[in-house]
Amino acid sequence: MGRYVVRRLLQMIPVFIGATFIIFMMMYALPGDPIRALWGERAPDEAQMAAMKADLGLDQPILKQYWDYLTGLVQGDFGTQIASRREVIDVITDALPATVRLTLLAFLFTACIGIAMGLAAGLRAGGKTDRVILFITLLLTSVPVFVIGYLYQTYFGVRWGWVSPNVQDSENWGQLLLPAIVLASLSLAYVARLTRTSVAENRRSDYMRTARAKGLSPSRAVRVHLLRNSMIPVITFLGVDLGNLFAGAIVTEGIFNIHGIGRAVYTALNSREGATVVGIVSFIILIYLVVTLIVDLLYAVLDPRIRYA
Amino acid sequence: MRGARSAKWVASAIVVAFAATACGSDGDDSGGDASGGDSAGIVRVDGGEPQNPLIPSDTTEQYGALVMDNVFSKLLDFDDEGEIYMVAAESVEPNEDASVWTVKLKEGWTFHDGTDVTAQHYVNAWNWAAHIDNNQSTSFWFADIAGYADVHPEEGEEPTAEEMSGLSVVDDLTFEIELTNPVSYFDYKLGYTPFTPLPDSFYDDPEAFSQAPIGQGPYAFEEWNHNESIKLRTYEDYAGENKPVNGGVDIIAYTGLDAAYQDLLSDNLDVIRQVDPKDLPVYETDLGDRAVTQPYNGIQTIVPVKYGDWGDVDPKVLQGLSMAIDRETITSTVLNGSRTPADSFAPPGVLGYQEGASGDITTYDPERARELVEEGGGVPNNEVVVQFNADGGHQEWVDAVCNNLIANLDIECRSDVKPDFDTDLEARDANEVEGFYRGGWLADYPLNVNFMSELYHSRASTNYGRFDNEEVDQLFDEGNQAASLEETVAAYQEAEQVLWETMPAIPLWFQNINAGYSNNVENVSFDTSGQPLLTEITVK
Repeated sequence: MGRYVVRRLLQMIPVFIGATFIIFMMMYALPGDPIRALWGERAPDEAQMAAMKADLGLDQPILKQYWDYLTGLVQGDFGTQIASRREVIDVITDALPATVRLTLLAFLFTACIGIAMGLAAGLRAGGKTDRVILFITLLLTSVPVFVIGYLYQTYFGVRWGWVSPNVQDSENWGQLLLPAIVLASLSLAYVARLTRTSVAENRRSDYMRTARAKGLSPSRAVRVHLLRNSMIPVITFLGVDLGNLFAGAIVTEGIFNIHGIGRAVYTALNSREGATVVGIVSFIILIYLVVTLIVDLLYAVLDPRIRYA
Repeated sequence: MRGARSAKWVASAIVVAFAATACGSDGDDSGGDASGGDSAGIVRVDGGEPQNPLIPSDTTEQYGALVMDNVFSKLLDFDDEGEIYMVAAESVEPNEDASVWTVKLKEGWTFHDGTDVTAQHYVNAWNWAAHIDNNQSTSFWFADIAGYADVHPEEGEEPTAEEMSGLSVVDDLTFEIELTNPVSYFDYKLGYTPFTPLPDSFYDDPEAFSQAPIGQGPYAFEEWNHNESIKLRTYEDYAGENKPVNGGVDIIAYTGLDAAYQDLLSDNLDVIRQVDPKDLPVYETDLGDRAVTQPYNGIQTIVPVKYGDWGDVDPKVLQGLSMAIDRETITSTVLNGSRTPADSFAPPGVLGYQEGASGDITTYDPERARELVEEGGGVPNNEVVVQFNADGGHQEWVDAVCNNLIANLDIECRSDVKPDFDTDLEARDANEVEGFYRGGWLADYPLNVNFMSELYHSRASTNYGRFDNEEVDQLFDEGNQAASLEETVAAYQEAEQVLWETMPAIPLWFQNINAGYSNNVENVSFDTSGQPLLTEITVK
């Protein structure tokens, strides 16, 4: 187990370097010059532009720029933003808490409500509950997230005034509730469906019959045997989804005015802030890598037959 | 059935949770209302994260400008007709040929840290901003001042001086500005953001200052929560006449205009500076008399480039194209009244605007348009290509303009969409525009000069269409060399008439502000640069 984890962690290094390299090159290949953009519609002052580029090291060959970036990164220096002259690490740590809170809340919704709905449907597969839940999940997966977002915002926020329509203070969990529900709704439907299929299938398996035969109460049989065995595909999905929620909240963040990671990378991309984009995306990659590792390790916990050497 | 019942429970749990949070936010609001009608109330304005550090000479976009223009007071400002009035200056006077300007400051002004504002503070700040080593993106604004080339040489050269020789302090409250060439309207330029003073503490640590600026304006900077809000509070010892009638301003950062609009509707935000295009059709009904629509100094044009097929096209063709565009209908339908049809190269809020300067060239007349195009020898390749950036909400009106041209002139019209503004600019810089590009210009100072010499002089760096006309250049130069403002304005008005004959661009419409305010505030108005006059807003 320990060796497996170490091996996986070591594998992350080339993935990380490769990913940063590709993103760095892609940023470089994009048309548009962030320094030029400081002057907007107006023609730039050539001398000033050259001086700024020299100052930021942007006049160097691209490979040298990447090398400088990478060596800085290893020493914990994420670089500086071009327009705002802020440290990129400050930008990331500013945006991160909001996204983490939103993601956790959405993840909580996805996992709890999704699994509960899936279980309810799976146990009564073919019944009325199953069909109602099928309908709800179908609705949630087919309506685009920005439609749900604006709908909820208009009705719950503006018309009925139950919640504040936007997030003005990202430390306020109450304000994050609505965006978290919107963000969770799509994954929630997937989780419900995955759980339902898995539960419906395993319900008729041999070990369930044995469990009942040896006198376990129905609820205990479901909790300890059925649910645990049905969770493997769901955990895989939830793991990937955590990463998605993290990075893919751009639309939701935009609608509800949450200044999170998704938003930060979007604005940085628009203003060609290379260091910021590479920094944030590398960070997201790290999260993905760690989460998949945790998911793989969780398999072994759920199913003792899976062993890692 | 059991499932359905539990679903009901979940639903009611959510309702309870919603209700709980709603109560919370109501509580906050009533706190503000209870103190109502007083000078301690805080105005919440929509904004965003300033792109650049908060230093006056490094501020080029609206979010930063909203902070800078309230933390700092300019020497002078402009009224709705583009006339100058003094703010921090007692007087700004030119010598006979407008080559030396004397600025007298008003007495009793202090920075927010308590130190007195003197002429030296202005001179030092401008010298710092102009110096090439300090990397300020507005440094070229000081280019008129004698000695600028010594501190800000051409590319590849080293600066030979630390200070511009043209700035000299006469006494504590007076300084002189000597220009390399006479500029009769130099005082107009002084109304731009970088021409402000900086306190002594700035030079110790410019970086720290840019996170917590200290000015001499009506509001003192209090706090900057990145990406969330910037808090400004009324400066008690403010010496200017526009002392705030409220307690301060919170500039709230929004990810988008629509989010801000939703907050305005629910009174969680007090002033919105621009309504999202998608809400334009409804905002006047939504807000009633709390909706504000007024013009500001910006123009939108489409500009033919002179290096391609459109190089030797008869201006008559361009006049024809102009007359084939139904500006009235497009501005009132597609643009929902957010623009006003243009009838001049300079908008109405600037000094020197001539109503109806275009004659009938901006009037919709398809028949005359066809005649003009035919007389001029037809549209090259029978095709018009309009380049624009997809991230600015231009698609709709470009399509509408194209449809006009197709229907009225029987030509092809297509758009060349660049994904964003940076890419659009890159094509313009590199002379790679196919036919027309979308031109937009917002006033730096409200004078007709600003809308012409920067865009259509053959040597102007922002002249991406590479328009080159001797007569126009000559009239511009005459205007620049004139000894008095009146002569300058008149020369440019004359030049404008020539512009309508030579058509360096097709003016489409002027910009409007579509703004609004909440039930919590009153007396909301905007200046001609589109920024709210924060000091005048009263909190109920």
